[in-house]
Amino acid sequence: MKTLRLTAAVLLASAAFAGAAAARDQVQIAGSSTVLPYAKIVAETFGEIFPTYKTPIVESGGSSGGLKEFCKGVGPQTIDIANSSRSIRDSEIEACAENGVTEIQEIRIGYDGIVFATDINGPDFKLTPKDVYLALAANIIVDGKAVANPNKKWSDVNADLPDWDINAYIPGEKHGTREVFEDKLLEVGCEEVGDKQVHIDGGMDKKAAGKACIAVRKDGGAVDIDGDYTETLARIDSNKTGVGVFGLAFYENNADKLKVATVNDIVPDTESIAAGIYPVSRPLFFYVKKAHLGVIPGLKEYVEFFTSDQMIGPDSPLAEYGLVSAPENEREDVRKSFTDGKLL
Amino acid sequence: MSDAVTPPAAVAGTGIQKRDIGIKRRYAAERRFRAYGLIAIALGILFLTALLYTVISKGYTAFQQTAISVPVTFSEKIIDPKGERAQNPQALMMANYPVLARNGLVRELGIDPKNKKLVSAAGKMLSAGSRVQLRDMVLADPSIIGKTLPVWILASGDIDSAFKGQVDLSVDQARRQVDDQQIAWMNQLAKDNILVKRFNTGLFTYGASSRAETAGVGVAIIGSLYMMGIVLVLALPIGVAASIYLEEFAPKNRWTDLIEVNINNLAAVPSIVFGLLGLAVFINFAGMPRSASLVGGLVLSLMTLPTIIIATRAALKAVPPSIRAAALGLGASRTQMVFHHVLPLAAPGVMTGTIIGLAQALGETAPLLLIGMVAFVVGVPASPMDPATALPVQIFMWANEAERAFVERTSGAIIILLGFLAVMNITAIILRRRFERRW
Repeated sequence: MKTLRLTAAVLLASAAFAGAAAARDQVQIAGSSTVLPYAKIVAETFGEIFPTYKTPIVESGGSSGGLKEFCKGVGPQTIDIANSSRSIRDSEIEACAENGVTEIQEIRIGYDGIVFATDINGPDFKLTPKDVYLALAANIIVDGKAVANPNKKWSDVNADLPDWDINAYIPGEKHGTREVFEDKLLEVGCEEVGDKQVHIDGGMDKKAAGKACIAVRKDGGAVDIDGDYTETLARIDSNKTGVGVFGLAFYENNADKLKVATVNDIVPDTESIAAGIYPVSRPLFFYVKKAHLGVIPGLKEYVEFFTSDQMIGPDSPLAEYGLVSAPENEREDVRKSFTDGKLL
Repeated sequence: MSDAVTPPAAVAGTGIQKRDIGIKRRYAAERRFRAYGLIAIALGILFLTALLYTVISKGYTAFQQTAISVPVTFSEKIIDPKGERAQNPQALMMANYPVLARNGLVRELGIDPKNKKLVSAAGKMLSAGSRVQLRDMVLADPSIIGKTLPVWILASGDIDSAFKGQVDLSVDQARRQVDDQQIAWMNQLAKDNILVKRFNTGLFTYGASSRAETAGVGVAIIGSLYMMGIVLVLALPIGVAASIYLEEFAPKNRWTDLIEVNINNLAAVPSIVFGLLGLAVFINFAGMPRSASLVGGLVLSLMTLPTIIIATRAALKAVPPSIRAAALGLGASRTQMVFHHVLPLAAPGVMTGTIIGLAQALGETAPLLLIGMVAFVVGVPASPMDPATALPVQIFMWANEAERAFVERTSGAIIILLGFLAVMNITAIILRRRFERRW
């Protein structure tokens, strides 16, 4: 009998807990694993400098996962900020609106470069979007016909590249990085070679041709990495002739193990990305639920702190970690559009 | 199989000759089987040793952390430049404490304070965690403002890795996080015993941090303990009550069979399904807070229930019917029979099942992902309603960090988790040994 009484008491107690869970005094963030390290640094410093607010909670889960959670609705049981390594899609804005999340503010925090890197002892790699496309696409055009990619070695693609089997570790589909990889390398390379035009001439519409361009080979030449960059690094460690795709910040933290490849003869670093001459870079974002501003304590202050030069300026902790700062006037614009309450 | 090893008949004869061939074959089969068994065990031990070796060899260094004894001058000019702390205590919170630590180190190393580049390089040898450390010192005792005290300040994660020999110093200094000048300073300080490795208490007390040197599993341990507590309080009584009813009171019919099949099925359901359920029911429907160990505990309770029910039913079944018959024969009611006789005798089995269920729940990450517990949580949770993480989650998050210093911490956290699991399983064995009754 005692056990039963205890059980009943516990059930009642947990029901009471559920009722008490209305308010929240802590900012909740979820999303991109690329933005995660930056958000962590800001959240931690925010908690240390503003002891009146609790340190925000930052969840991982990928850009798409974060935005999905973000669009679940308005209220304390939903998250306040979604980190994203790509801009929000129209379909996501619609999904948000359906659940009542109509007021979204976009914050652009800076830029990130996507780099190719090989083992430190490997030869120099000089890539172009064309090489990447010819090495990694599922189908390429040979003699006017689409055939399964016949290239087995990097030297088949471009005689200047090493005589290595094609083994590339690229970000998996759930990563925001994948989209940039497709847009800035595969599709560009496809257009340069002229394969896209061949697809269109062959009766495909533009969208289908684009899709055909970014399809990645599945015969083992390109391996999707769904985990984080540490997994890619481990793959390169075990396969010394592998080529991995990393974020600039991750590469810079592991530059004693990795050798970076140039793209169009440009060495990726913060300068070349800030100047816009390194071709594979992208802006990083986070999205704020306007309805939560003023309701969740510290949310407005967190965003203001994140966008301050103290955090994302050229001489800030984020820049030191590997974020490429946006130019002065762009940072100013970001701050202004947030204080003005500009919506998407 | 006692009949498989019947000794050969000793009497000689033609008929027996024939049977000898079969015996030879059977002995060979026996030897082969034993060899397979030995090989299986040897392989198991080999894998286990390899696992423990990699984890421990990578992780034991995480239990030490490099610290530097810095003579910090708590200069009023930096802490409270406007002299307003009497009216506005908030001023002490916002001061630029890392500069105090940096200036102390610069003096110690004898660097020209005007050489901005060297000063900044020296500052990077110290953890930015000095902000909180020095601030707390000042808040605890404001009278130290103006004095100079030696303070043990953690070295930055990069210096820590370098000092432990985890950075390849043969590569060009531009490719590493620590340059040759910093290495030289490090060696100089180490020679004077100012830079030393100390026991890393922070690993057990700190919460998550983006800086390796101030990252710890404190929040994760507390979160895991809250969840274990909730699982124990919920799953144990519910599980035991359910199994007692099913085993001792319920009629054996198609319904109870159906329930039994379902419970066995639930025990095999992948844990992420319970996470989805938790998200839908506890967070979206019941409105409980995200990332809270309460929700984690509820989800893990659901996950552990089938394990406990199965173990408890097995333990109850193992109590001989004669005990029940004797109790009933002396006039006990069914309830008295269960609670006075059967349950106490089954208790060791129940406890073992519970502890094994708890250990399983302790190592679970997948269901926690969906309810927001795979998160960066800095603050120590004061109650199960506050955001927290769990030990395996912390391991997962550290494994994804880019900095070198997190590699050893990942293995260090694995050692801590293995320690907890070992303690729980040993407790289960001891309980079973001590209280088990054989008939």
